[in-house]
Amino acid sequence: MKIDAAARYRSSHEWARKEGSLIVTGISDHAQESLGDIVFVEFPEVGKTLKQGETFGVIESVKAASDLYMPMGGKIAAVNEALGGDPSAVNKDCYGAGWLIKFEPTNPSEWDGLLSAGDYEKEAAAH
Amino acid sequence: MPFIPNTDSDRSRMLAVIGKPSVESLFGDIPEKLRYPELDLPPALSEMEILREIEALAAKNLSSSTCAWFLGAGAYNHFIPSLVPAIASRGEFLSAYTPYQPEVSQGTLQAIFEYQSMAGSLFGVEAMNASHYDGATALAEAVLMAARNAPGRETVVLPAALHPEYKEVIRTYLEPLDVKIREYAGTPAAAAASLDPSAACLVAAYPDFEGRVHDLSGVADAVHAAGALLVVHADPILLGLFKSPGELGADIVTAEGQALGNAMNYGGPFLGMMGAASKYVRKMPGRIAGQASDAEGRRGFVLTLSAREQHIRREKALSNICSNQGLVMLQACIYLATLGKNGLRKVAELCWHKAHYAAAEIAKLPGFSVTKDIFFKEFLVKTPVPAQSIYDKLSRRCVVPGLPLSRYWPDRTHELLVCVTEMNTKEQIDLLAASLKEASK
Repeated sequence: MKIDAAARYRSSHEWARKEGSLIVTGISDHAQESLGDIVFVEFPEVGKTLKQGETFGVIESVKAASDLYMPMGGKIAAVNEALGGDPSAVNKDCYGAGWLIKFEPTNPSEWDGLLSAGDYEKEAAAH
Repeated sequence: MPFIPNTDSDRSRMLAVIGKPSVESLFGDIPEKLRYPELDLPPALSEMEILREIEALAAKNLSSSTCAWFLGAGAYNHFIPSLVPAIASRGEFLSAYTPYQPEVSQGTLQAIFEYQSMAGSLFGVEAMNASHYDGATALAEAVLMAARNAPGRETVVLPAALHPEYKEVIRTYLEPLDVKIREYAGTPAAAAASLDPSAACLVAAYPDFEGRVHDLSGVADAVHAAGALLVVHADPILLGLFKSPGELGADIVTAEGQALGNAMNYGGPFLGMMGAASKYVRKMPGRIAGQASDAEGRRGFVLTLSAREQHIRREKALSNICSNQGLVMLQACIYLATLGKNGLRKVAELCWHKAHYAAAEIAKLPGFSVTKDIFFKEFLVKTPVPAQSIYDKLSRRCVVPGLPLSRYWPDRTHELLVCVTEMNTKEQIDLLAASLKEASK
């Protein structure tokens, strides 16, 4: 299981990383490996504001379709359009080219409530 | 063998849990004398006697195979090649259900795939699903799909001249949702030009319930400019002759597919056809069969894009449509394969020419007038006496002249919707004209 030490996590397997004033989010290596080959990602509309824990999209693999949850509340600033043509980037590089959305956090203090890389690693390993 | 899997001891344990002494005590709320009433039935008949009795009853029905039949209005009397039931009734195919297991269902899955492929080229769209219950439910699902596609747009715009029973089905589907229905009376082009930003979709009927074939060129552009989707509900036989909805820019297409190789069957089971442009395929409900290859690279067929569906996504599925009309779809598939492109065009041409001959003959009758609109196989006739009285007189003589519109619109007493297909001979059409003339004296 690969872990991005600079990121924080949600127990539903999304990661969040600071990028300037924005937060970038994707799914963890553990999540992409459990889902199998990703075939489609449904994104939210850019400009939409969502609360922490709300569904921002759906990720579909050959095995299942899963909801994606906001690690923090925020306004969607960008979605990774490149995944429309090649969603396999989520499998190959989930912390890099396979990012899903960027958003402006509504309440930056929600960051502090997210799991640290170490805590998430322990939690994910237990499953 | 009774198909009750629980044993006596299972039952006594269940009764003990709920604190009831017996199964009978569960029916205690029903008065004793109503529980097992004596039915006043005649003595049992032999199979031979019962067949004679039922056949005598059946003979009282007006049948399209014995009468001159000019009734359409949603169920259409088209020729069914003998090949269709002969192949469809083979045990390997005879299934009403969608197969989940590709390893044991290649034949059925291939038939669905071929149906989707032929229907897709007929409607001019990239993707068709494996079918819905009937045209009305397919159209209702299409309206829901358009509404889902545009959250915040809460109006769906339907033609006033949509089949009244389809409107009822759509109303039922939309009842629990915050989606409003608006109707337009004029042409789809005029309605498309005046769409407001609340509209999720415009539905065009092709033809509409009164048989009018509206010009749909430019409609899609106007609908898209207003940010809505264009849903076209079409007669599949008409598409043998007219431009397909896909070519005209429709985003979602639906149809009643009964006319393709299925008998009228007193109104069902029918075939709901549905398709969409490929960019909407993940928003489309229902089963889709796809072509794939196995581990050794051999061609095979599977259900595809299933993640939209109930058995995967549960309560978040696009629709509770989890089934399809397997057998009716199979008949349509065999029908389309049997006729081919040219055969279907021939059927459509025969419908057009015979219907226009009939309309010309009826227009010559004193007091009758025929629609000036473009029509295909069904057209509206204004009658000098109430259409229902014409229907009553003619049907007694085994000429079923069409649908008196008063059935759905009580104030439209002098209008008859006449349908002519390839099945109507010139003699039958001449008989209809002569009978109409006589009945209106």
